[in-house]
Amino acid sequence: MRHHPLTHFFFDAFLSATRGRLGYHVWMGCLTFFMLLGAYAYQIQLQEGLVVTGMSDHVSWGMYISNFTFLVGMAAAAVMLVLPTYILDDIDFGKAVLIGEGVAVAALAMCLAFVTVDLGGPHRVWHMIPKIGFFNWPRSLLTWDVLVLNGYLALNLLIPFYLLYRRYTGRQPEKHKYVPFVILSVFWAVGIHLVTAFLYAGLPARPFWHNALLGPRFLASAFAAGPAFIILVLKIINHFTDYSIRTVIFHKLAMITTVAAQINLVMLGSEIFVEFYHPTEHTESAMYLFFGLDGHTALVPWIRTAIVLNIIATLTLSIHRLRHHPIVLPIMGATLFIAVWIEKGMGLVVPGFVPGPLGDIVDYHPSWIEIAVTSGIWAMGFFILSSLIKVAIDIESGRLSAAKRQSGGVTS
Amino acid sequence: MTESSPLRRWVQGLLNPEARRHLAAEPDADDTGFAEGAAAVLDKPLDRRQALRALAGAAGAGAALVNAACSPLSGRNEEAQLRWEEFFKKNYRLMTDSERSATVDRLERLAAGEQKEKVHIQTSKPAAGVLFGYAFNISKCKGYQDCVTACIEENNLDRKSNMQYIRIFEIENGQSSLASANGSYYHKVPADGQYYLGTQCFHCENPPCVSVCPVGATWKEEDGIVVVDYDWCIGCRYCQAACPYFGRRFNWSAPEIPAEEINREQHYLGNRPRKKGVMEKCTFCIQRTRQGKQPACVEACPTGARIFGNLLDPNSEIRYVLANKKVFRLKEELGTEPKFWYFSD
Repeated sequence: MRHHPLTHFFFDAFLSATRGRLGYHVWMGCLTFFMLLGAYAYQIQLQEGLVVTGMSDHVSWGMYISNFTFLVGMAAAAVMLVLPTYILDDIDFGKAVLIGEGVAVAALAMCLAFVTVDLGGPHRVWHMIPKIGFFNWPRSLLTWDVLVLNGYLALNLLIPFYLLYRRYTGRQPEKHKYVPFVILSVFWAVGIHLVTAFLYAGLPARPFWHNALLGPRFLASAFAAGPAFIILVLKIINHFTDYSIRTVIFHKLAMITTVAAQINLVMLGSEIFVEFYHPTEHTESAMYLFFGLDGHTALVPWIRTAIVLNIIATLTLSIHRLRHHPIVLPIMGATLFIAVWIEKGMGLVVPGFVPGPLGDIVDYHPSWIEIAVTSGIWAMGFFILSSLIKVAIDIESGRLSAAKRQSGGVTS
Repeated sequence: MTESSPLRRWVQGLLNPEARRHLAAEPDADDTGFAEGAAAVLDKPLDRRQALRALAGAAGAGAALVNAACSPLSGRNEEAQLRWEEFFKKNYRLMTDSERSATVDRLERLAAGEQKEKVHIQTSKPAAGVLFGYAFNISKCKGYQDCVTACIEENNLDRKSNMQYIRIFEIENGQSSLASANGSYYHKVPADGQYYLGTQCFHCENPPCVSVCPVGATWKEEDGIVVVDYDWCIGCRYCQAACPYFGRRFNWSAPEIPAEEINREQHYLGNRPRKKGVMEKCTFCIQRTRQGKQPACVEACPTGARIFGNLLDPNSEIRYVLANKKVFRLKEELGTEPKFWYFSD
């Protein structure tokens, strides 16, 4: 029986994603375990309510929204690969760009999951659907975020799908068909992260967030942590698959990471100066974050670790010989990734709530439920990323194609 | 949202014929007609198979599956039916009068089933020419907290988490910053050298909590009261982050109130019992003040430190205070225009 090639494409992609060497299965099995653990913890949260988290009326957003914020940046960072490849015709990036878009898709799926698990009434999200419900657009920045995140997800699914499908059917992609969407996605990437920053920066009630530097700083830290993560993924691909990534790609990505990390450090310095040169009542959140307030020091070890890691990674990467070193680069990439995760996650969200608007100082410690759900969602992200990359590599390397299927190359 | 929205039609397709007939009854057409139709269906208990089919439809809907997990249905078919219809109702602001009375009817039936006693849920609207305002006399307040207790009882606040809308701060004479104040004191009052200042929702004229809500589940009514539609809130807590006065409370777990302590005179936007995962806040006792009464906190205050009234009435006590006393508001620089003033004698 003959089917449309599109059906074959998805069928072959499914087979590609579910078959592999033992190592691949063990990896996906581990991720599945964490996903199940997260699902179990989430089921408890659904039953009991958000009381099982460490959040309270005082610190009303915690680990979930922290991870959400960080991951929006990861998603936006794909633009750093997309821009040179598709628009500037930099063929060096050609092989890496599909991976970058895979990272964006996985990060966005995680973003949406983190927002959903943070809701008190996830079964009522249909209230947000325009017409059926009430979509408070354009007043609420959260509705802007819903629009830009879903739009960006669509773009990052559409463009790679088109490219891979053309490749699968043995045809050249037609530039006029996809380049307009690529250009759109470049602006959109900046948009998703700025809008997410505006979620916070638009709240005068929280002086720690209410500053104009928040948006630019979000972009700088995203363009540091995102490419750093993509470097790690490419290193792993280079090591474990026959899909070789040329050294020049690593050099270019490392350059982007370094410059963004340097800019991020400058902005951090500027923030610290403004906060502490002449401390006001508005400095108290920063005081709580960096030094602790009235004996409450929950975040101090975290943020200090982040700053130390940040400085080490940025300085190391600034030295050409170290940046080009094949071992030092991924280690420093991982260091930077962790530093930004702390700084922009818990280090950004929690101090906004401490002290509270009436001066209350309440510490926040995530519960095991939050940790389990969070690791479950991260496992889901890696699961999605691994499947997407596996399919993309199989198609790009020519192992998976409509022609192969006809000649019996792929068993079904 | 329109009556024949695609989702509604789709959901109707999933229902058993009886429930479908029931839902298809046009609520807009005639208020009493709908209520009678509902009553006719409800009086005739569904058999077990029909109920299971309806539940299977709910499971298929996916979203409703989570709902079932969140609020397990009891064995009673009527309750399942009512909850199903409650789940798919509109934002209160967009409801017609007949839809409002239909949901109140359902809620009262559900409450009767749960608490074995009748409750009355008002839907009274803001009166013309009324804008509520509040003034707090910091020379008179002695920190007794009778207002806090009265508020808990009047507004059916969760006893398990000890939720409180009102906070009384003990502040040292000569200080004014709340950061240096004591928001939870447990000693004999009034203490020497201290004064007392109460906070609650200030019902801002320019409320930051309202703009940020992604689903429009909170808004400012014509008489100035900022309300929450508890059945529309999705629990994202953005409003809680946006409030500069710590005026909002979240139901981190299912609220618990002993049945004998429930205040049965309720308002849809006021003190009707809330559920887990939604936001709530002070409503200036909307169920009382829209009937011309004073809020519970004002009535309970033994020192007369609390003054509440109509800002548009030139003869009201609140207008006298604003005209003759030296007043201030908290965080005026944020441009929120609270309708809650502090003054001293």
